[in-house]
Amino acid sequence: MAYSDKVIDHYSNPKNVGTLDKSKSNVGTGLVGAPECGDVMRLQIEVDEESGLISDAKFKTFGCGSAIASSSLATEWLKGKTVDQALAIDNMDIVEELNLPPVKIHCSVLAEDAIKAAINDYRVKNGLTELAEVTAH
Amino acid sequence: MELNLPIYLDNNATTPMDPRVLEAMLPYFVEKFGNAASRNHSFGWVAEEAVDYAREQVAKLINADAKEVIFTSGATEANNLAIKGVFEMYASKGNHIITATTEHKAVLDACKHVEKMGGQVTYLEVQPDGLIDLQQLESAITDKTILIAIMYGNNEIGVIQPVKEISAIARKHGVLFFTDATQAVGKVPVDVLADGIDLMSFSGHKMYGPKGVGVLYVRRKNPRVKVTAQMDGGGHERGMRSGTLNVTGIVGLGKACELCMNEMADEAERLSAMRDKLEKALLQIEEAYVNGNTDHRLPHTANISFKYVEGEGLMMGFNKNIALSSGSACTSASLEPSYVLKALGLGDDLAHSSLRFGLGRFTTEDQIDFTIDAITTTVLKLREMSPLWEMYKEGVDIDAIEWAHH
Ligand SMILES: Cc1ncc(COP(=O)(O)O)c(C=O)c1O
Ligand code: FES
Repeated sequence: MAYSDKVIDHYSNPKNVGTLDKSKSNVGTGLVGAPECGDVMRLQIEVDEESGLISDAKFKTFGCGSAIASSSLATEWLKGKTVDQALAIDNMDIVEELNLPPVKIHCSVLAEDAIKAAINDYRVKNGLTELAEVTAH
Repeated sequence: MELNLPIYLDNNATTPMDPRVLEAMLPYFVEKFGNAASRNHSFGWVAEEAVDYAREQVAKLINADAKEVIFTSGATEANNLAIKGVFEMYASKGNHIITATTEHKAVLDACKHVEKMGGQVTYLEVQPDGLIDLQQLESAITDKTILIAIMYGNNEIGVIQPVKEISAIARKHGVLFFTDATQAVGKVPVDVLADGIDLMSFSGHKMYGPKGVGVLYVRRKNPRVKVTAQMDGGGHERGMRSGTLNVTGIVGLGKACELCMNEMADEAERLSAMRDKLEKALLQIEEAYVNGNTDHRLPHTANISFKYVEGEGLMMGFNKNIALSSGSACTSASLEPSYVLKALGLGDDLAHSSLRFGLGRFTTEDQIDFTIDAITTTVLKLREMSPLWEMYKEGVDIDAIEWAHH
């Protein structure tokens, strides 16, 4: 199956690969997937406490090209958003933007899960309630 | 010589046809189009003669008699005919078949079919290096066992089973021995007499011949083996496989066998040297592992896992230039990683991280050098992106993490 140009572009020049300091209270970390399933995604957000905006986002992904592209795109979208706006990112937005074929939808689901998991981690760290089950796909 | 791109390193999936094979086939499409079963005119005779000649070429390569060669549409059909055909033909003797978990799907699924028809099948597990355990094989034999079906060389890891020892055990217990030699014939010397093989399948398109043609070898002496036809019709191929013969395909397969006969020894030497070079270079990468036994292996195959990177993601880094295949689930329709690698006891993570290299007649040294560079670069790049690599480097026990499974 051929990859879309956008997937190839993110794969070749991934945006925001890296690691944020997970011990900081304003950093939320989401680690989703499982090595046995062939995909593990770690997505991190750093929230600017004054503005409430996501000032930085980083990822590392073990997975196929679509999974790498989905997480790269997600980090791009996260920057500059409020946490609430970030929660509204839907995996189908990723599917659409990257032209993912049906068999690759789960890669985008993983990215959405990773966003939600990172936000949850941030919320818990800051004394907010955990959002309802977010990884149950 | 200029480097030829893209590089084809998936010769276990299929081989390109040798131009000399095509040349041999061409006259039989338009000019010499006869039906080999037309006994009453020259068109038929010409076709029959061509088929007879090809049958000799095929027989010679495997040290069989031409009459023992049954042409089929490929190895899938030959595997089905061997397993189901023996099961039906020898029903009065027993109903038990022994095979192994690393066999090709065509063997495993034919065995599943036999089970549905009331047969009993034992699926032997393999050792971590992919070889079957001969003692386990022998002790699996019962008085109901009619067939042992163990492949010659494995399509994913290239491991060559101890065929002579297996056939000796089969002989001792009066059980037939069938081997799927699709990956071995034309690559390594296969001798049905010396190897003690009773039935054997192989396929044109894995040995530089055309697709859609294959062989089931069926022994005629000591013992005389018979299989029940699985298709009804005109009773071609000594009644075992009906259907107008695929003359062009058969001519091509014959030529392919002749070429392998003449060139196999040199080719194996050349390919195994390149394969070893490739393997050695790639094993320089940290946390890279060869899958399967390396002493008993097809000369052109290597299967390597690069821990902490995922196979499909890895292939994407170079698949514009290099064609090969991965045991990763993401590349398979079933979303399951390779069952062969899992049968070796590899964790899913290593199975997901594997690449299969299948070199072939047209592989060049430059292509191997290019491949070494491209794969090394991509593995290193993807590890920089891999959360698992980071954890491994930090000494985190990845197996101890509670992963949320989907
Ligand atoms: C070991 C083995 N057996 C059988 C087959 C099926 O062969 P064919 O494509 O001729 O049906 C293959 C090829 O995929 C194979 O590798
Ligand atoms: S991670 Fe498996 S298909 Fe994308």
